[in-house]
Amino acid sequence: MRYFVLGLTLVSALVVSVLGFRGDISRKPPLEIFSDMDRQPKLRPQEPNALLPNGLSSQLLVDGTVARGTPFAATPKNTGRVSGVTNFVENLPLKVTPQLLSRGRDRYAISCLPCHGAQGDGNGITKKIGAMAVVASLHDSRIVKLPDGELFYVISEGRNLMGGYKANVTIEDRWAIVAYLRALQRSRLAFEDELSAAERAQLK
Amino acid sequence: MSDIFPKWTNRLPVWLIIGAVLVTGVSVAGVTYYFTNKYTNVGYQPVQPVPFSHTIHSGQLGIDCRYCHNGVEKSWYSNVPASSTCMNCHNQVLKDDPKLTLVRNSYSNNVPIAWTQIHKTPDYVYFNHSVHVNRGVSCVHCHGQVNKMDEVRHDKPLSMSFCLDCHRNPAEKIRPPEQVYNLDWKAPPGFAQRDGAKFVHDWKVNASQNCSACHR
Repeated sequence: MRYFVLGLTLVSALVVSVLGFRGDISRKPPLEIFSDMDRQPKLRPQEPNALLPNGLSSQLLVDGTVARGTPFAATPKNTGRVSGVTNFVENLPLKVTPQLLSRGRDRYAISCLPCHGAQGDGNGITKKIGAMAVVASLHDSRIVKLPDGELFYVISEGRNLMGGYKANVTIEDRWAIVAYLRALQRSRLAFEDELSAAERAQLK
Repeated sequence: MSDIFPKWTNRLPVWLIIGAVLVTGVSVAGVTYYFTNKYTNVGYQPVQPVPFSHTIHSGQLGIDCRYCHNGVEKSWYSNVPASSTCMNCHNQVLKDDPKLTLVRNSYSNNVPIAWTQIHKTPDYVYFNHSVHVNRGVSCVHCHGQVNKMDEVRHDKPLSMSFCLDCHRNPAEKIRPPEQVYNLDWKAPPGFAQRDGAKFVHDWKVNASQNCSACHR
């Protein structure tokens, strides 16, 4: 009996020492003990695919085509340009609503804030850690004077060192960001008739 | 007349019973402990092709999860970013660092980086990211505090009982929409009973326990 209990303890100790404990870090993929139909010969997004030569399950677009459901018409909303010409539209082609502005603030915080900063002055994280030398201040008169369509275009395609965000931010969201950006810029601008008499005197 | 059975055999049945109970007990304990995702999956931390640190990007720099995983609110799966997303910053930040060679090559040659997938539900499970994050279920519930992981590891079991724990009592885990991507947020005391229950009601959260909710 004594030997039996000793043997059982030894076996248990051996199992524990080989298998370890729950939550131990493992570099090897998980064991699938009853792997019934866990892995099926179908493709999930972004999985490797042995079927096609480039090994992708989500294929790249063929040149000159668009994915189903993607807006492609050359309308001001899709391109930021006046239909038929290359001029940028002056004003947002969407109706500006409180919802659009708050959506814009939300999206700005996700995609723009890391570099341009919460206030749009170019003092984002990348500037603070000294990782980027030049980040445009969105309050620059150069940028304030750009038409809405051009801001949309720059968000979509990028400019100078900034990359384009058309793959990451939807068309509606890009316009929402433009709308919010206008509100941000307005926070540091004033019309002359909004000033008090004393302030107006200082101007001159 | 000599004994057919020696005296010690009197105790044999007792020994056998005790032995069987011990063996069964230890085996059941072993199976319970090891034959579960809590053992097989939790702690899986593969070596990734690029040593990307969520601690730095998400934790220290405070970049929103959705800067890279931008499809999570619209799609059933949460995408791994394209190298072009990395290059939005890394065309300037650490632009000659050898650790990022793979990212630069991937970007210029249009070939994806072969990241190793860590969280993998079985193929017959249809988990939808967008419906969860849009109704106040945070990333942290299933992925753990990724913002504190230098290397991402499997932190939660993601077994069926793990899903059902929440589906049976969604108010316990639901949070305000603006805190979904804040992985450090802790619900104040009484939040689940007061606000959680209200969210479940107002947003018509239908945490179905029907098989077909997840299995199709």
